[in-house]
Amino acid sequence: MPEIGTDRWVAEFESRRVRREGPWGRLIEWSSRRWLWLFAGAAIVYPFVIGGDFGIRVGVNALLLAMLAIGLNVVVGYTGLLDLGYVAYYGLGAYGYAFLASDQFGIHLPTPVVVAVVALVVFGVGLVLGQPARRLVGDYLAILTLFFLQVFVELALNLDRLDLPFVDGPVSITGGPNGIAGVDPMEILGFRFGQVRDYYFLLLVLVILLIVGVTNLARSRTGVGWRAIREDTLAAEHMTIPSGRLKVLAYAFGATVAAVSGTVFAAVQLGVFPQNFTVALLIVVYAALVLGGEGSIPGALVGALIIAMVPELLRTPAGARLLFYGGLLVAGLTLVRPRRRLAVIVPGLLLFGLAVRALVAGIWPGLVAAETAGGVDRWLLRFSASADVVVSVLFVVTIAVALAAVAVRRRRVRDALLILGVYLLVLVWENRLVEEPSITRQLLFGALLVVLMVARPHGLLGRPRVEVV
Amino acid sequence: MEFFLQQLVNGLTLGGVYALIALGYSMVYGILKLLNFAHGDVYMVGAFAGYGVLVAFGGPADPRIPVVTLIVLMFLAGMLASGILGVVIERFAYRPLRNAPRIAPLISAVGVSFFLQNAALLVLGARFRSYGTARMVDPATGLQWGPLRISIIRIVVILSAVALMVVLHLLVQRTKLGKAMRATAFDREAAAMMGIDVDRVIVATFLIGSVLAGAAGVMVGLVFSRVYHFMGFVAGLKGFTAAVIGGIGSIPGAMMGGLLIGLAEAFSAGYISSTFQNLIVFGLLIVFLLARPRGLFGVPEPVKV
Repeated sequence: MPEIGTDRWVAEFESRRVRREGPWGRLIEWSSRRWLWLFAGAAIVYPFVIGGDFGIRVGVNALLLAMLAIGLNVVVGYTGLLDLGYVAYYGLGAYGYAFLASDQFGIHLPTPVVVAVVALVVFGVGLVLGQPARRLVGDYLAILTLFFLQVFVELALNLDRLDLPFVDGPVSITGGPNGIAGVDPMEILGFRFGQVRDYYFLLLVLVILLIVGVTNLARSRTGVGWRAIREDTLAAEHMTIPSGRLKVLAYAFGATVAAVSGTVFAAVQLGVFPQNFTVALLIVVYAALVLGGEGSIPGALVGALIIAMVPELLRTPAGARLLFYGGLLVAGLTLVRPRRRLAVIVPGLLLFGLAVRALVAGIWPGLVAAETAGGVDRWLLRFSASADVVVSVLFVVTIAVALAAVAVRRRRVRDALLILGVYLLVLVWENRLVEEPSITRQLLFGALLVVLMVARPHGLLGRPRVEVV
Repeated sequence: MEFFLQQLVNGLTLGGVYALIALGYSMVYGILKLLNFAHGDVYMVGAFAGYGVLVAFGGPADPRIPVVTLIVLMFLAGMLASGILGVVIERFAYRPLRNAPRIAPLISAVGVSFFLQNAALLVLGARFRSYGTARMVDPATGLQWGPLRISIIRIVVILSAVALMVVLHLLVQRTKLGKAMRATAFDREAAAMMGIDVDRVIVATFLIGSVLAGAAGVMVGLVFSRVYHFMGFVAGLKGFTAAVIGGIGSIPGAMMGGLLIGLAEAFSAGYISSTFQNLIVFGLLIVFLLARPRGLFGVPEPVKV
C-alpha cells in the first residue's frame, strides 16, 4: 500500500523557494534549470562528436520522439486523458506536409506556410475529435482514440484508388501502402535544408522552444486547471474549472505538437508511408513518456532519448555485448545485497560454467561446436548449428529460472537460481540473441518496460502521487 | 439463402472464438480495471501449444493416436499452457503494480505482449505453421442439410465454445469462487474486508481467462489452420473490441459482443467489398461508443470525488 498522508509536496513546503517575479526573475529561474543547459550543450556537441550520417539520423529520431513525448505529456501527464490515437496526428502532420509540398497534387507551398496551415488545421481537427473527451472518461476514451488511429491507418492505406464524381479514372490521395515519395525538403527564409544535420538543429530548436513553452503553459491558469482535472475532474469542476473545455484544449494542443513534428518527419524522410504511423510507434512514444515519468518534462525528454538511442547500440555485436555485460555488471552490483554475496555468486558462476562445459563435451560431443580460441569460449558452451532446438528450449528455461529467482525468498536457493539464471542468460545470449539483433532489441524493450514499471511505476523522474482513498 | 446460412455458420465459428478471447479481457477488466494487452499473445501461445502436441504425436497426416484423443489432448495442452502463462504474467508483471498509477500496469502489459511475440519469433521463427486439419479429419464429414454443409470440425468448435461459456456461467453464478469473483469485481477493498482472499481470486480470474484464450487458440488453429507469432495482435484487438461492445467487465456482454463481431465480420466479408471493410467496422464502433459508451450490457459507474 502507498503511504497515505505523506505528501511530498507538503513535506517540501519549507524548502521550496518563493517564485521569482518579473522578467529578471524568470531569467534567473531558467538559468537554474541545469538539466536543460546540460541537454542543450550535449545536443549541440553531439553531431560533431558522432560524425557519421547514421549517428545524426539517430539523433533526429531521438529529438522527434522527444517532441512527441513532451506533447503527449500535456495530454496524458498533465490532463490525464489516455489518448491512444496520438500517433494519428503525427501522421496527419506528415501527410499534410506531403500534400502541400510534393508532386502528389503538384502543390509546392513555402515551408512556413505549410507548417502553419498544417498546425492550424490539425488544431481544428483536434478540437473536433477531442469533443468526446468531455463525455467519455478513462479507458473508454482510450479505446475510442485507438479506433481513431485505426481509422487513420485504414484511410492512409486505402485512399489510393478513389472514384470521385466528375473526375476520370481512380484518384490517389494518400498513395496507399506505397505512401507519397519525393516530398520537398524544407526551406526557411531562403535556407534550403539539404543534410540531415540541418534538420537535427531545426529539431533541437523546436524541442527547446517546446520545453520553454510547455513549462510556462504548465504554470499558467490553464496548466493548473489541467492538473486539477487529472487529480479529480469532479472536484475541479466544483472549483469552477471549465473541465470540458480544458480537456479539449489539451487534446488539441497535443495533436498540434504531434502534427508539427510530423511535418519535420516527412521532410527529413523525404516521403510519408502509412506503416510509419501505427500502434508500434504509439507504444514507443508511451514507453518514452512513462519511462521518464509522466507529468515531468525532463522525464519525457530523458525517456525519449533513452528509448531512441539505447537500442541503436544493439545494432552491432560489439555494442550489444557492451550493453549486455555492462547491464549485467550494473545489475549485479546494485541488486545483490549485501555485496559479499557476490563473493559466493561469481566464483560459483565460473565453476558452474566449467563443470557444465566438461560434462556436456564428455557426454554429447556432437552438440558442441569445435573449440575456438580463448576468452569466454573456454568457459561457455558453444552449440553447433544443429543444436538450435536446444538453444530454444534453454531460452524458455532461462526465463523460467529468472522468474523463479525473483519469486524465491530463501537466500541459498535464490543464490543457486541466480547462478543458474545468469549462466543460462549468458549462454543463450552468446549462442542466439547476439545473432538476432532485431528480435533481441524488441525482446529487451519488452522486458525493460515490465522491469521498469515494477521497479519504478512512476518513471525515472516522475514523482509518486499521493492517492487519497 | 444458402450463402447466407454458410456465412452465418462462419460468423458463429468466428464469434465463438472472439467471445472466448473477449471473456478473458472482460473478466480481468472487471476485477482489476486493467486492459490486459498481453491477452492476445496468451492466446497465441495456446495455439502453438496445441500445434506442439500435434507434432509430438506424429503430425496431422499420420497421427499415432486416434484423432479424437489427439484433438482433446491439443485442447488440454493449449488450455494448460495458456493458463500457466496467464498466472505467471499476473504474478510477475501485474501483481507488483496493484497500487501503482493506472497507466503503469498498462505499459507493463504492452511490455509483456512485446516480449511474448518476440520470444515466439525467436524460438519458433517467423514461418506460418499449419494444423493441417483437412488431412487429419476428412472435410467432407459433417452435417449435410440441403445445400448447406457444416464440417465436423466447425461443429466441434462451436459446441465446445458454447460448452465452455456455459461452464463459465455456472462457475461465476453458482460456485463460491464465482461469488468471490463477483464481489471482488464490485468492490475489491470491501471484498477483502469480508474475508475474501483477493489475490487468490485475481489469480483464478487470470487462470480462467487464459484457459479460455488457450482453447480459442486451438480452435482457430483447427478451423483456419494457420498459427504464427503475430496472430495474437489482431485477434486480441478484435476480442477486445467484442468486450467493449458487450460492455467491458460484463461476462454475458463479452459473449454477445464476440458473436456480433464474428457475424459482422463474416457478413461484411461476404456481402461488402473488402477494401473498406475494416474502415466500416471501425466507423461503426466509433459511433457505437459515442452513442453508448458502456456497451450493450455495461452498467454506468457512479462518479465520486
